[in-house]
Amino acid sequence: MASEPPLVEIRGLRFEYSGRTIFDGIDIDIRRGGVTAIMGPSGTGKTTLLRLIGGQERPMSGCVRVDGMEVARLSRKRLYELRKRMGMLFQSGALLTDLSVFDNVAFPLREHTRLPEEMIRDLVLVKLQAVGLRGARDLMPAALSGGMARRVALARAIALDPMMIMYDEPFSGQDPISMGVLVKLIREINDALGMTTIIVSHDVHETAAIADYLYLLSEGRVVEHGTPARLQRSGSEWTRQFLNGLPDGPVPFHYPAPEFGVELLQP
Amino acid sequence: MNQRITTTVLQRLGHWALGRLQRLGRGNLFLLHVVPGLPGLLARPGLMVQQTFAIGVLSLPIVVVAGLFVGMVLALQLYNTMVDFGAEQSLGPVVALSLVRELGPVVTALLFAGRAGSALAAEIGLMKATEQLSSMEMMAVDPLRRVVAPRLAGGILSLPLLSAIFSAVGISGGFLVATGLLGVDSNAYWSQMRANVDLFDDVANGVIKSVVFGVVVTWIAVFEGYDAAPTSEGVARATTRTVVNSSLAVLGLDFILTALMFGDNT
Repeated sequence: MASEPPLVEIRGLRFEYSGRTIFDGIDIDIRRGGVTAIMGPSGTGKTTLLRLIGGQERPMSGCVRVDGMEVARLSRKRLYELRKRMGMLFQSGALLTDLSVFDNVAFPLREHTRLPEEMIRDLVLVKLQAVGLRGARDLMPAALSGGMARRVALARAIALDPMMIMYDEPFSGQDPISMGVLVKLIREINDALGMTTIIVSHDVHETAAIADYLYLLSEGRVVEHGTPARLQRSGSEWTRQFLNGLPDGPVPFHYPAPEFGVELLQP
Repeated sequence: MNQRITTTVLQRLGHWALGRLQRLGRGNLFLLHVVPGLPGLLARPGLMVQQTFAIGVLSLPIVVVAGLFVGMVLALQLYNTMVDFGAEQSLGPVVALSLVRELGPVVTALLFAGRAGSALAAEIGLMKATEQLSSMEMMAVDPLRRVVAPRLAGGILSLPLLSAIFSAVGISGGFLVATGLLGVDSNAYWSQMRANVDLFDDVANGVIKSVVFGVVVTWIAVFEGYDAAPTSEGVARATTRTVVNSSLAVLGLDFILTALMFGDNT
């Protein structure tokens, strides 16, 4: 297991958006079969990282390799072939609003396979059963709660039994029960299907509870990485502030501004 | 001072013109990427039928009502002028020619831009804003083929049909007013029309116009939606730009097409 090359290798990745440096030479390895979390404050480009892995963005320099293939150099056809082996869960769920829950989960199967409709029905019901929403198959996305929509999107993401799945902020805006359900599902689905999971999140406790390995990103760089237990014992003040949610520390409470007293006395 | 103002004005003008040209280029590249997806629709006719229904069939009420009133008003207005020259028996062909050559394609295209074009832009723009297009890409499904191509085909197919219905209803509306209200002989209305309206010179040219308008209006609508900023403001702008740009394009193209088709008949 240890000798196996990582499923995703990111080396010297640089990326800019609208003149702002998002990543300034980062290296990340995503190990096969595990749950790797990429964490950091809002606006550190975590979602952009998933888009780079999925080939929706191209790096300025450096490379992103998935299963040995450099994503930015793949032809459109080969990129689409690779994407069939990747699942992605968007923050909003991104369900197709004109299709029912059943048809949303059946969508990738109908687009990419020539399976008979009876078999598609069975496969969709299996996936929906896995996320506990078999009974909701006839509902339209507008009738679902946020947590249910993400579970349907999860069922859709695993419809083609991908080798890896990427979650973009899966816990944000969830009530405690939905959060608990999602935490359990992510780990169980990873282990049951033998997949590789990448979670991008800033929900520290939930993510640390299920992740095998954590990367902490800030200001375009990897600040620290390691197992959750190791990072909890980290000597870095930034890591401690982030993991414990402290309001002040290396990341100051105040946005940079002139001296308060001076500004008040100004006419 | 004056030189600085002139430079600023020129810079802004240049910036504006470059922006427009870039947009035009993007629009053309977009169309180049969508067109190869059109033949694939033959294998999945359901997608096109669904879009033709949403774009064409649901636009029928406004087209039929507008066609009826335009035809009735046209008969009233033309009769008042023609009766002075004793030419009221030619009301049928004049109404028909006005509708088939000009008003049918143009007014239908303008209504189509407002009814279906804006809906297309808003739908695609919202799909982008809610990450539905991104999620399709990540499922290895090309949104240009799955979402845009069927809508483009549906629009191109719908507009000529709607134009034909508009003209037919308009001619019938003109007939109702001419015979019921103005006392024109019904046989004269139809027989003069049959004698003076040519299938190729008039009807076919009208159909060509509506096909061109169908391509342009639907292209602008799907491009604006796809190119929209993924925010509510971006979708609102895309919708407005669709209606404004496609209406202007229809009017401008109508002049060019009319000049090409009928300009040498003098």
